Amino acid sequence: MRWIDSAWYHKPLLHYIDDPGARDVIVTRFSVPWQPRGPVSNGIIAQGVIGVARLTYSVAAPVFSRFAGLILIGAVVGTCLAVWAHSLIFGFVDAHILGGTAFPAGYAAQPFAYFSPSTWGLSPSVILVRLEAAGGLGAAMSGVLQYLTWPVQFGFVRDVIGLGAIFGLFNIIPIYTIWWERKVAGRIQSRLGPMRVGGWHGWAQSFADGIKLLLKEDLVPKDADTVLFRTAPYFAIIPSILAFVALPFGTSYMFRELDVALVFILGVLGVEVMSVIMAGWASNNKWSIYGAMREACQMVSYEIPLSMSLLIPVVCVGSMSLTTVGEAQSEGWFSWLAFSNPFIFAAFVSYFIASLASVKRAPFDLPEAESELVAGFHTEYSGLRWSMFFFAEYAAMFVIAALASILFLGGWHSPLPMSWAGVFDGWVASGGMLGLVGAGMKGLLFSGPIWLMFKAVFLLYVQIWLRWTLPRVRIDQVLYACIQVLLPLTMLLLLGTTLWVWASTSDSSAWAMFDSIVTRILGVIGIVMALAFPSIAVYGFYNRRRLVGNLAVDAMPGS
Amino acid sequence: MLTIGLTHYLVVAAVLFCAGVFVMMTKRNAIGILIGVELVLNSTGVNLIAFDRYVGQGRVDGQIMALFVIVLAAAEAALAVGICINVYKNLATVDVDSARDLRG
Amino acid sequence: MERRTTNRVLGRRLILMALACAFCGATPLLAGEAGGERIGVTTASAPGGLLEALLFYGVAGSAVVSALAVCFCKNIVRMAVALLLTLCSVAMLYFLLAANFLGAIQLIVYAGGTLLLLVFGVMLTSKSPWARFEPPKREVFAAGAVCAVMLFSLVMVLSRSTWSGPEGAVSGASMADLGHALMTTYLVPFEIAGVLLMIVMVGAAHLARQDK
Repeated sequence: MRWIDSAWYHKPLLHYIDDPGARDVIVTRFSVPWQPRGPVSNGIIAQGVIGVARLTYSVAAPVFSRFAGLILIGAVVGTCLAVWAHSLIFGFVDAHILGGTAFPAGYAAQPFAYFSPSTWGLSPSVILVRLEAAGGLGAAMSGVLQYLTWPVQFGFVRDVIGLGAIFGLFNIIPIYTIWWERKVAGRIQSRLGPMRVGGWHGWAQSFADGIKLLLKEDLVPKDADTVLFRTAPYFAIIPSILAFVALPFGTSYMFRELDVALVFILGVLGVEVMSVIMAGWASNNKWSIYGAMREACQMVSYEIPLSMSLLIPVVCVGSMSLTTVGEAQSEGWFSWLAFSNPFIFAAFVSYFIASLASVKRAPFDLPEAESELVAGFHTEYSGLRWSMFFFAEYAAMFVIAALASILFLGGWHSPLPMSWAGVFDGWVASGGMLGLVGAGMKGLLFSGPIWLMFKAVFLLYVQIWLRWTLPRVRIDQVLYACIQVLLPLTMLLLLGTTLWVWASTSDSSAWAMFDSIVTRILGVIGIVMALAFPSIAVYGFYNRRRLVGNLAVDAMPGS
Repeated sequence: MLTIGLTHYLVVAAVLFCAGVFVMMTKRNAIGILIGVELVLNSTGVNLIAFDRYVGQGRVDGQIMALFVIVLAAAEAALAVGICINVYKNLATVDVDSARDLRG
Repeated sequence: MERRTTNRVLGRRLILMALACAFCGATPLLAGEAGGERIGVTTASAPGGLLEALLFYGVAGSAVVSALAVCFCKNIVRMAVALLLTLCSVAMLYFLLAANFLGAIQLIVYAGGTLLLLVFGVMLTSKSPWARFEPPKREVFAAGAVCAVMLFSLVMVLSRSTWSGPEGAVSGASMADLGHALMTTYLVPFEIAGVLLMIVMVGAAHLARQDK
């Protein structure tokens, strides 16, 4: 198959850009027939940034192409390991260099000596003082650390570092999700998805898209409301970033621990509706306004079943703080809120459907219906502004997936109960390297940010899967589903959950037994559903010749 | 100036209030007048919560009152917008100066 | 002879991106730093501090500026957007006052509900986006004078009053206290508000009916 074997699709991105035809497009993009201009070149700043990007890419591309899979997986796992490894290092330092005096009594002896800015009661300056007092190795470390960590003692600096993490998350999640969506969409449609850009399965496709969008013409329609047109994308991305402020990734891994985190996230996601209307109105385009009105209608209508479905586990737990809700599900699979109540099980389904509509995701993607409205409310947006809407949408997808994981699926806890984590206590107590490994195993197996990421990414995958499987729903069907199906359903579920919780507060042992039986049954149903997915995938893989046909299997490598 | 006290919040609420009254007095678009009403109600909310925080001694009364103000503002905005749309249907304009059929 | 031009749009756009990043980064920073390390903790924190003052002046300034923008915008849609900025600034003020739940409710109900309603009303009743209804200048001037006098007198009175009770930040109430109060002390207003909302829904549905 020549089109697969020919070398050009293995070339890195630079060679593709260096094609003479492509270079003309990038450099002389303003030459249109009715505006005669001379040759155009980019300004100094742009040339500098592009030069740096090319240099970085030419250095990084060969490495990434060969080890992309490893790097992707290693980045995710490594980040999570590094985050709670730093706390172990503090614990190690405390136990063996400072003689256990740096932290409050019993702090370092806890199974997970997690540290985070929000619980850092002890300032680094005090730690440095005690390091010096310990003498020897401690004093030497203190001298070095004093220079390295002086800025970190200010809360402002710690917050800036945390903000950098939030902003990095906000950028990286859409970049990864866009690539992944195109791969999954391709597979669902019996094709491969991006394969060229960057080498290994087109991992750099998102970066290529980003560069292309940066270089597009800055277009504002003629009679458009300029101020609104230019500021609408920012009203879309700011709420998406703000949602990450309140989202916890672990027991003490959040930027800020809000006691009303859930309502805060709902509130900021509600402000995103305004950006849609602003964008549609400011475009001065009939199709944009149609898309914007339908979209606003849909998003606002689905906020009601969304909020009510989210209230249902809150009723069960008794707190709106996402940290508390996550902590209430620490005892393994059967303590997850989705399985504690048939009403919460149904609420998970209704929340998922409502959240799909709330982020204008298929099958409710009428606002972006390419076949009907060109592109809905962002028809007139091109280049960087459009990419801002795009990023905001994918970040919101991740936020609602993470919310579903925290509220229904156990959050950052693994299916194994925390009470089993005592098996590693011996390792941790013995200190040293074994202690580090023991605490690491605890984090990996029982509780940690990696579990939240895994669940959120799985729910992202389900969203992508649904988009490319189900047909689009008409607007009147959308509103029918919201007001005549989901709304009464969530009201009934709320009533049922309240009665269930009220019955649980009575000290009836018969009820307790009934409750635990129902929990076990629901948990088993959950296990069956969770295992069905990989088993169907494996069955499909091993029978692919029979299912897909010899032609497709031989013609498409990796199918 | 550096210690933020009750007066600072009350001054902000006063500015919002006067801005809302100005909007109510000068705009002829009915929805514009409603926007002025929203500004006034927001200033009320700021006032109530500022008092609750600084003089409330740990009670929640101010926050509850502000909550009800928000709820009622939403309710009256809904009805008022419905009325404006009906006026538009009948008069083809939302200019309040042209709704003068009942004028003496 | 065609001359060579330099296209500086990309560079400016990159700088704008960087500024937007900084602004978007500053927003949650403000949101987070307001109540100290943990927003959820509403115990008495040391009043004042440079950062809290900066935050207050910034947020209050944005509320005042957007309120003035509402006053002086001629285009009704821009007025609505300025109102959105005002509502979000007021929500930030609520967060600064350690009323977290109220701030979130302000965002949900006001910014995401009432404002949307107003914008729908604007769009359903506007003939063209640039239609202006301008009152005569002398009316605007008179209204401005009245409001300025009102503002001046209010500010004078407020700055000269002493309010009973301890000045400075007092320990606030938690979510549980709010819920408890709503269910015990304020149960009757709560239920009446529910009935009232139902009445409003019925009324709005009736107003919006299509005459057959």
